[in-house]
Amino acid sequence: MQPLSAMPAEPVLEVEELAVRFTRRGEQPTRAVDGVSFTVAPGETVGLVGESGCGKSVTSLAVMGLLPRRGVEVSGSVRFQGQELVGAPDATLRRLRGADMAMVFQDPLSSLNPTVPIGTQVTEVLLEHRDLSRKEATDEATGLLDKVGIPDPRRRLKEYPHQLSGGMRQRALIAMALACSPRLLIADEPTTALDVTIQAQILELLRELVVDTGTALVMITHDLGVVAGLCDRVHVMYAGKIIETADRHDLFARPRQPYTGGLLASVPRLDGGRGAPLTPIRGSARDTIPWAEGCAFAPRCDNAQDDCLTEVAGSTVSLEPDGPGRELRCRHPIQYPPSPAGATALGAAR
Amino acid sequence: MLRFIVRRLLQLIPILLGLSVLLFAWLRALPGGPAQAALGERATPEAIARYNELFGLDEPILVQYLRFLGRAVRLDFGTSARTGRAVTTEFFERMPGTVELTVFALIFAVGVGIPLGYLAARRHGSWLDSTSVIGSLLGVAIPVFFLAYLLRLLFAVELGWLPGSGRQDVRMDATRITNFYVLDGLMTREWDAAWDAVLHLILPAIALGTIPLAIIVRITRASVLDVVNEDYVRTANAKGLAMSTVRRRHIIRNALLPVSTTIGLQAGLLLSGAVLTETVFAFGGVGSAIYDALFARDFALLQGFILMLAVVYVLVNLLVDISYGLLDPRVRAR
Repeated sequence: MQPLSAMPAEPVLEVEELAVRFTRRGEQPTRAVDGVSFTVAPGETVGLVGESGCGKSVTSLAVMGLLPRRGVEVSGSVRFQGQELVGAPDATLRRLRGADMAMVFQDPLSSLNPTVPIGTQVTEVLLEHRDLSRKEATDEATGLLDKVGIPDPRRRLKEYPHQLSGGMRQRALIAMALACSPRLLIADEPTTALDVTIQAQILELLRELVVDTGTALVMITHDLGVVAGLCDRVHVMYAGKIIETADRHDLFARPRQPYTGGLLASVPRLDGGRGAPLTPIRGSARDTIPWAEGCAFAPRCDNAQDDCLTEVAGSTVSLEPDGPGRELRCRHPIQYPPSPAGATALGAAR
Repeated sequence: MLRFIVRRLLQLIPILLGLSVLLFAWLRALPGGPAQAALGERATPEAIARYNELFGLDEPILVQYLRFLGRAVRLDFGTSARTGRAVTTEFFERMPGTVELTVFALIFAVGVGIPLGYLAARRHGSWLDSTSVIGSLLGVAIPVFFLAYLLRLLFAVELGWLPGSGRQDVRMDATRITNFYVLDGLMTREWDAAWDAVLHLILPAIALGTIPLAIIVRITRASVLDVVNEDYVRTANAKGLAMSTVRRRHIIRNALLPVSTTIGLQAGLLLSGAVLTETVFAFGGVGSAIYDALFARDFALLQGFILMLAVVYVLVNLLVDISYGLLDPRVRAR
């Protein structure tokens, strides 16, 4: 099966050496995102995966230009359809946001304005970016709610967020994001706040949209199930850096970074038998060292050796090509015997 | 909704009964009595006894109370010992003044407080922010009567820009319809009378509005600071809406919910007692009447005024609760 990304196309989004530093007076600045580069082509779904606090959400907010201006330093480059967004004026960003690039957020209840009817929240995007009358915008909004699978859309337009179920709220948010047929959609953990059955529906909805419209989708998640079901290519992030990049199949079949391997191994499995212990990754995301001193994951890594530290090796751990379509930031990756195709060390999580 | 209103109105009955008992007891526990106050310190015991007999103050307190209650349900609170006029008449003459004063004080407090609170929040940490925070602390801390004297001394006595006492220049000889002087002036097209009433309201309204202003600035500021970090504001920005739309529809609209509650509570408080401000400006509203009546031990007026103010207070709060439902759909649904 060929992923859509195999089609030669100008990337919609090119992120290069993106770095985000949070600075607070009287405190050491924190690097939330540190030299992240990736591209997304039309119709492609790219996953950004990692634990809470690894910088994946900050990356998406930086791409959208939604980070607060005060106390935040963004450097590097974000090119959307060839246009540089880092340092672009607010007006330019507002013209693009909602129209050409849109975002779906994590918690649908808090992401919707509680005192404004759903209808207004959908039509305001249309009225802002497209030359429509109020009546046309309402008709369009009805169509959008219908398209994302909200029954009885006319009535729902008049309702408030608290009157909708969790799944419907997320559908409404997706409808708002899709209102102007964006070229790029960023979904930041769109299913975390939802029931498992609803999760599957929402993911299916997103998948259909990508297939139907050729929208580029950036999927931000910590859920490997979501990655398995949706993404063409995956970037695994740790402590603000990308540590492994691979196509979905390669990643699940042969994770190279011990962190990725740990993530896959920590997924509970139905075929593991009851009572089979889960295999968590040691320590917590706080047990990191600065990338300048070595591999941030080293303190938690089973493969770690002395030369994972800059001091010993004399150079920082860099992201390097690792076979076709893969990149890896690791000095002691998981090794696989030169085995026949299909043999896996850990097997696909799903 | 109707059931809610009816239930709240029924709750008034025990409140008023309890309050009337307390009032009755408290007033009679005050040193000196109406007779003493009316006849002076040197009044003979015979004169005092005669006075008490005349006003039915010699009867057992329970009998006095029951008679009072029987008349009160018909809105008859007797006659004021000080002015000799019916307490109810007195109330409806003076209440409009207090209402006007409250409305002007709130216009001042809301009109200045909300923009200032909003700006302080948006320029969080700037000099404007710190100034407004310190200023609002001062606003709450300065005693109202002191501020009232200061304003009166400066703007009325020294500079003479604004009138410093009364509700209207007596030489106006304006026509009275509702006893809302500003409204009366507008209705009778006596523009100069209306304008004069407005001028008389400015200084007392500022003095009275300072505390609500300070509270509104702080609540607005805190509320805006909360709301700008809400996820839905980020969503609004992610939709690429113009900053003015984000501000109006997504920030201010939600930030004003707690502010509206505060405004309602303050309205109730101001209506039921601008005693100090009214006294300093000899304003002739309900507050100054209560002040005078207290020194005259004018039991009838105190009882009537305070009970009727309690009704006003409860009604205002009911209105606030109803309007809250209009502002916040989540409350309406309940």
